[in-house]
Amino acid sequence: MKKLNKVIVTFVSAIALIFGISAANAADTIVLGSAISLTGKYATNGEHTQRGYDLAVKLINDKGGVKVGGKSYKLAVKYYDDESNASKAAALAQRLIEQDGVKYMLGPYGSGITIAVAPVTEKFGVPMVEANGAARSLFTKGYKYLFAVLNSADQYLSSAVDLAAEVNQKAGKKPSSLKVAMAFEQDAFSLDVKIGVMERIKHHKMKVVIDDALPKELNDMTATLQKVKALKPDLLIVSGHSKGAMTGVKQITDLKVDVPLIAMTHCDAASINKKLGKGNGDYVLCGSQWHKSLTYKDSYFGSASDYAKLFEKTYKYDPPYQAAESSAALLVFKDAFERANSLDQKKVRDALAKTDMMTFYGGVKFNAGGQNTSKPMVMFQVQNGENKVVAPVKWAQAKLIWPAPKWADRK
Amino acid sequence: MILLQAPFLNLQALLDGLMIGAIFAFVAYGMALVWGVMNIINIVQGEFVILGGYITFTFYKLGLSPFIGIPFSFLLLFCLGFLIYRTIIFRVVDRDMFISILATFGISIVIQQLMNIGFGSQVETANAGLGTSFLFDGNITLSHIKIFSFIVCLLGAAAVIYFMKTSKLGRAIRATAQNARAARILGVDTEKVYCYTYAINAAICGLAGSLVAMTYTLHPYVGLPYTVRSFMIVIVAGLGNFPAVLLSGLGLGTIEEFSAYTLGQEYRIGFVFLMLVFILVYRSRKLAKKREYLK
Amino acid sequence: MFTDFDKKELTGLAFLLFLGISTPFLFSGYRIQMAELFLFMVYASTWNVQGGKMGYNTFGNIVFFGVGMYVCAATQIAVAFPLSEWTAAGGYKTFVHTPQQYFLGIPLAILLAGIVPAIIALIIGSALLILRGHYFAIGTLGLGIASGEFATSLEIIGGGQGMTVPFWPKIAGGAPHAFLGGGVNFFFTLSFLLFLIVFFFLRWLYKTRFGLILTAIRDNEDKAESMGIPTMHYKVTGWVFSAFFMGIAGGIFGNINGYIEPTEVAFAGATVGVFMVLMTILGGKGTLWGPIIGAFIFQLFKEFFWTYFLGWQLVALGALIIAIIIFFPEGIMGMLRHKYPALFGEVVDEEARLAQVTINTDD
Repeated sequence: MKKLNKVIVTFVSAIALIFGISAANAADTIVLGSAISLTGKYATNGEHTQRGYDLAVKLINDKGGVKVGGKSYKLAVKYYDDESNASKAAALAQRLIEQDGVKYMLGPYGSGITIAVAPVTEKFGVPMVEANGAARSLFTKGYKYLFAVLNSADQYLSSAVDLAAEVNQKAGKKPSSLKVAMAFEQDAFSLDVKIGVMERIKHHKMKVVIDDALPKELNDMTATLQKVKALKPDLLIVSGHSKGAMTGVKQITDLKVDVPLIAMTHCDAASINKKLGKGNGDYVLCGSQWHKSLTYKDSYFGSASDYAKLFEKTYKYDPPYQAAESSAALLVFKDAFERANSLDQKKVRDALAKTDMMTFYGGVKFNAGGQNTSKPMVMFQVQNGENKVVAPVKWAQAKLIWPAPKWADRK
Repeated sequence: MILLQAPFLNLQALLDGLMIGAIFAFVAYGMALVWGVMNIINIVQGEFVILGGYITFTFYKLGLSPFIGIPFSFLLLFCLGFLIYRTIIFRVVDRDMFISILATFGISIVIQQLMNIGFGSQVETANAGLGTSFLFDGNITLSHIKIFSFIVCLLGAAAVIYFMKTSKLGRAIRATAQNARAARILGVDTEKVYCYTYAINAAICGLAGSLVAMTYTLHPYVGLPYTVRSFMIVIVAGLGNFPAVLLSGLGLGTIEEFSAYTLGQEYRIGFVFLMLVFILVYRSRKLAKKREYLK
Repeated sequence: MFTDFDKKELTGLAFLLFLGISTPFLFSGYRIQMAELFLFMVYASTWNVQGGKMGYNTFGNIVFFGVGMYVCAATQIAVAFPLSEWTAAGGYKTFVHTPQQYFLGIPLAILLAGIVPAIIALIIGSALLILRGHYFAIGTLGLGIASGEFATSLEIIGGGQGMTVPFWPKIAGGAPHAFLGGGVNFFFTLSFLLFLIVFFFLRWLYKTRFGLILTAIRDNEDKAESMGIPTMHYKVTGWVFSAFFMGIAGGIFGNINGYIEPTEVAFAGATVGVFMVLMTILGGKGTLWGPIIGAFIFQLFKEFFWTYFLGWQLVALGALIIAIIIFFPEGIMGMLRHKYPALFGEVVDEEARLAQVTINTDD
């Protein structure tokens, strides 16, 4: 029986260990909670997000922290790993709020996961500033505690359609005669991108010749691309997070698919300009939330390019926009705490709703649904292995190269 | 119907299907080997493939030609298979098959996660830079790397068969597969045979993986479809029927490619799994009928 | 009904009752985890009907879980609003259930969440249960993954976009979602009740002739058949029972989670689908209490890994799985029986089962 007793003692102490944990927060720290994808299929972008948060937390703390009611507070973030799984993220959000006593949340990575977390934060009245959930269904549910610093997913590629219409019009080709091929992943984000694109396509009366759905375990797009070769569309649109961009560009190169204009999302996160060998990612047009060449400024990070330099120095790579928008989320939180001059969740929420500020990432001002309305999307094109902003005209570093040269003529 | 609008796409689908099918078949060889000899269904098969791919990818990332990575993928996976056998698999070899399914499932979770931590969750590819051929006015494209991997797989499969037929270890493996107890009595060190069988399987997967890295893309979580495809191929071919494995692998690749053109990409994996269920049910109905005749 | 309980069972039951009744009051921060724990006990116990009692190792019970989840949520929505509008609008309009609509929907939804999967089990069961051994295991694995893929392309339930479950209703002027103490208490209680129902149902079932026949099928199906038992009939019925309870569990889980997504939440074959198997094996296949003990310990370890091995928790979980399979293939119940036969001395058919297993592993 002795052994049995030992086993029982071990289990009891294990239980005590697990249930005995409580976040012992120092009185002068504001703890923000976040369930983020550290493992699983979004791990890379989850890491960009986490680094964006960490960089901003460090900077704000170094510059004196957050001043509320005459007292200076440090910021800290409590992370959990949601394993890129929506169901786990929702459970972890509850855990952060109920067990760890977190009173403010930062968003997770990805639209699907944010959709899962938002009902939880809403239920407990916990203000959440999120930087990586772009699905527009987030902003039309009437959530009161959700604030997003980024543009919604339907805006990612809709201007690519307009751009295609414009250049073709100039070249004497009617927009209504254009043929469009599309391939979208079956997930919350990409399907929203599709809604935005379809709206513009209908507006220009273009013809959709291919409308393929991509599976989530995507690693071969040959079938779609062969159809593209056969039907010769004027515009090809692909959206499937980083893996859609990567697989798409790789196989377009392999199969030498010639399309005058190719538009994608997540090109910078997938670094298609570098990873596939020189020049292979060229001429792809990308929708992006942010780019380091933009001229926005704030008093913490300085200009967008200062941010890029600081990020590069800390983490040894160029910041993708996922990191920049995450950093911006903390600036927004800090600003709201100080304006509310209180740590009361309701007051902080009201202050967040009234946010109107400029950051290195762009303007932030929320509409009733919690969506940032004061920042446009940018489009960049990979040119000679560099991401160059081509639209909107205000920030354009280079002119759009159109039509993309045929593969036979390259080099 | 896109295939009727553009008839040459049929040929294209056939070629693409055959080329991806060769890789499936090669991986299935490994599974058939382990299944036949050790009576283990190796769920970790797909993860071996992806890991082999990542090894090749590492060479590419270091600025070397990915082709240098091929032998390393093969050898390192061989060592890994050896190690996994010596630590884990030998404990489940004689147990119920379901136990081995779950144990290898556990290993596959560990490898998946370690790959995720080590290589990131980014989609990666090793660009071989071999170029592409165009046939029939550019209507048919053949990327050279696909042809290369097709040939390597066929050669690899032939080598496996030749090795089984002629080498001493190969004969010992076949003897163990037929009757482990008898082989043991006749002086075959079955423990050693098991160990090498498992290691050879891992090496086959590693080689296939380095081809996948160059031809398609890598991601820590795309292993399972390779496992299921191999399983399906082996079932259709019948256990122990090596030439049939090649045929059923090529067949599966082709059917899948055509289904991707007609039904759409998003149904591709669902289609594979559903086909698996149908094949299983059909097969056991036939077996059940046979049992009735015997009665 | 309670007369045939012995002391050990009563202690165990008292412990579970204590957990179930005290959680909302004493550990209110842990309600979600505790609800999940009771649901996991349901998954493992119902899996045990096939995998443990009948010897049919299924990875397919997750299909019933997912279908139940979708049916439940869809019914809850459909009693008040057109389903297609709810999903297609992506929330352009705000749909809010009144308490009347909500509580009209819940009982109907939960009932349907059990019945629809049961019907599906009846249909696919007659086709699939012809498979034997590992062919059945892999076949059902394929079924689980295929259902997830196909749910992804079903527009009416939101496809890959997923679908949100109706919010707990609020009363005009009241705090949001605080009606009746909030939905968490309600769904926690439902999970606990479901667990109790499943427990007593299975306890009764295993003692009937039906339970004996399931065991006979596991031990030697051909022999059972030749003795004139229509085994197919019993196998399918057993699966229908499991499907019914799994469906209801899915419906409850969908409400707790608030958001349904095809491949990771509803048809999560690689996580929940396999975990229920492991929990049962850890506790001890084929016993009534094994799955319950297994679920409890497994859940403890999982929480422990999450807290202390951030980022590495799945590696630890994988290692745990391997360890369970290698060192506890007979489960904790089996190990205890080996070491302390006196504790199990009175259970004759369990002894016989053990003997059967030893014979099997010898050849």
